[in-house]
Amino acid sequence: MAPILEINNLFKNYGSTEILKDINVAIEHGDFLVLVGPSGCGKSTLLNCIAGLEPITSGKMAIDGQDMTKVSPKDRDIAMVFQSYALYPTMTVAKNITFGMKVRGIDQATQDEKLAYVAQQLQIEPLLKRKPGQLSGGQRQRVAMGRALVRDPKLFLFDEPLSNLDAKLRVEMRTEIKALHQRLGASMVYVTHDQIEAMTLATKIVVLKGGIIQQIGTPAEIYNRPANLFVADFMGSPAMNLIPAKTRSNGNGIEIEIARKNHDPIVLTDTQNKDLPENVILGVRPEDIADAAHSRVDKTQEADCVIDIVEPAGADTFAVMQLGGKHVTARLHSETSATAGTKQRLAFDLAKVSYFEPETGLRLN
Amino acid sequence: MTDMSYTTSTSGKGVGKIALRWGLYIMLGLFALFYLMPLFVMLTTSLKSLEEIRTGDLISLPREVTLDAWRTAWSGACTGIQCEGVRPYFWNSVLIAIPAVMISTLIGALNGYVVAQWRFKGANLFFALMLFGCFIPFQVVLLPMARMLGLMGLAGTIPGLIFVHVIYGLGFTTLFFRNYYVSIPAELTKAAKVDGAGFFRVFWSIFLPLSLPIIVVTVIWQFTQIWNDFLFGVSFSQAGTQPVTVALNNIVNSTTGVKAYNVDMAAAIIAALPTLLVYVVAGKYFVRGLTAGSVKG
Repeated sequence: MAPILEINNLFKNYGSTEILKDINVAIEHGDFLVLVGPSGCGKSTLLNCIAGLEPITSGKMAIDGQDMTKVSPKDRDIAMVFQSYALYPTMTVAKNITFGMKVRGIDQATQDEKLAYVAQQLQIEPLLKRKPGQLSGGQRQRVAMGRALVRDPKLFLFDEPLSNLDAKLRVEMRTEIKALHQRLGASMVYVTHDQIEAMTLATKIVVLKGGIIQQIGTPAEIYNRPANLFVADFMGSPAMNLIPAKTRSNGNGIEIEIARKNHDPIVLTDTQNKDLPENVILGVRPEDIADAAHSRVDKTQEADCVIDIVEPAGADTFAVMQLGGKHVTARLHSETSATAGTKQRLAFDLAKVSYFEPETGLRLN
Repeated sequence: MTDMSYTTSTSGKGVGKIALRWGLYIMLGLFALFYLMPLFVMLTTSLKSLEEIRTGDLISLPREVTLDAWRTAWSGACTGIQCEGVRPYFWNSVLIAIPAVMISTLIGALNGYVVAQWRFKGANLFFALMLFGCFIPFQVVLLPMARMLGLMGLAGTIPGLIFVHVIYGLGFTTLFFRNYYVSIPAELTKAAKVDGAGFFRVFWSIFLPLSLPIIVVTVIWQFTQIWNDFLFGVSFSQAGTQPVTVALNNIVNSTTGVKAYNVDMAAAIIAALPTLLVYVVAGKYFVRGLTAGSVKG
């Protein structure tokens, strides 16, 4: 079976400004692709290109094996949910949902049947006669989803659909979208700047920056093996600790030396990697720095660190310290004995460590 | 002592506030009276007999109310050699104004929709040139337009006048609709495109239903402009196709002998009535339409 969406060598310019550079992505039927990146990275433009709302400058795009590069949006068999919901303000909810079918000349009985089904799926039956202006943000969001669902398209496109909702509703709707994806088995492309949304929803993530794909992979790949410093810093909350360090080879691996102000450097041993340049950026996730007392890591990987700030966050407590001239965050047990200004014995788990080249920012291991 | 002075000072403030409020009302009232004065004189004069006008005071109420002057103005006053009153010309104006308003509003809406929502290369330049049309003094175009109408075989006809008014209204109607539609989120058009709607379908199903306030503004503006127009009316019409403004001028300026002020006044009021009516009926939408625009969708 052909991939549901295949983009090859896509370029997009506005005048002389390059918005998207050499985009290559393919997803399979049932995939949930999330395009994530900071604002202005071109992710919404890419989605608009997939929808056909923006012409592409060069490259090719196919949906379900059919070339769609120059096909108009209405013939691409897609449905889209917009950030502002874009409900038609003068139409009732029911008319909003059936507008697409009406335009396509689908008979009234089928329209009614599909409307009823979608309304029931999204629990918006009591709202059908209302106008968008009379709905709350969450309700509008549901109607916008309904308008997309009722079409039963090959590909669903979502353009930051949750960013206008309050924090609580956002988490609820996120779960609902995920449930919907699992129930329908539909193929979806989803744009967000929220890396948590990306991690929770995606089966495949594309990280974009400045119109260039930084990394494509499953959420686990992106999280555990970020391709460069940007991805490492962007994905994960709190962000990955990126610590300047020196390496030297020893018998069965490498020794990593992290300088500290007013203290001896920390020296750790990594037995999984070798042959690294002398100067590297060490990438360690906060959860890989733990209280020595609660850690299963080898004793040699422990060090006493002076904690500057302690931030209890309920389930975990975050401790911030200075290592290699950077703020480094450790995710400690909620019942940790760490207090600000005192020394704490911490264990460094290097099983998932990342190394980056300081100049280019590229991953080394 | 302190209590006393405190009370006086607050009540003094209160009195000052009320005095200021009343001063404002009185001043506004005087302004209103001042502006209504000409209308008052027109109305009373039109209800007087010629005899009374000659002997009486300009601003006094009529001793005896008579509608003779109105009757004459409507159907008997002479415009040059013909003595049919303003009636036939009034209908000419109706025949010119209504289609011209409708056509220019519709085309303006389409233009505005294109410039605001279907951006094309050079859209800004196109819009700037349309805007430029708003600032062209009408006198400049009289001769070229006369030539054009002649070439098109529309010289001196009502369709010719409709054509002229549509062309010169487009700058304004486009501007109005463009500014209104530009505040409608582009995502609305995108959503409709994805839903499968084309150019006209989006316009008809989504934009027009949103446009009532701006349609009212445009209709009032265009109707006032076209109905009150004299220059085009006098330049591009002939005996049977003159609009009411031209007829009014002819009645006032071509009387011989005694000047029938009451008839002139009645004719002037008749000529002004439709625009007045449009304002009264749709006026509240006018302000609303000029200020509103953002659509929360």
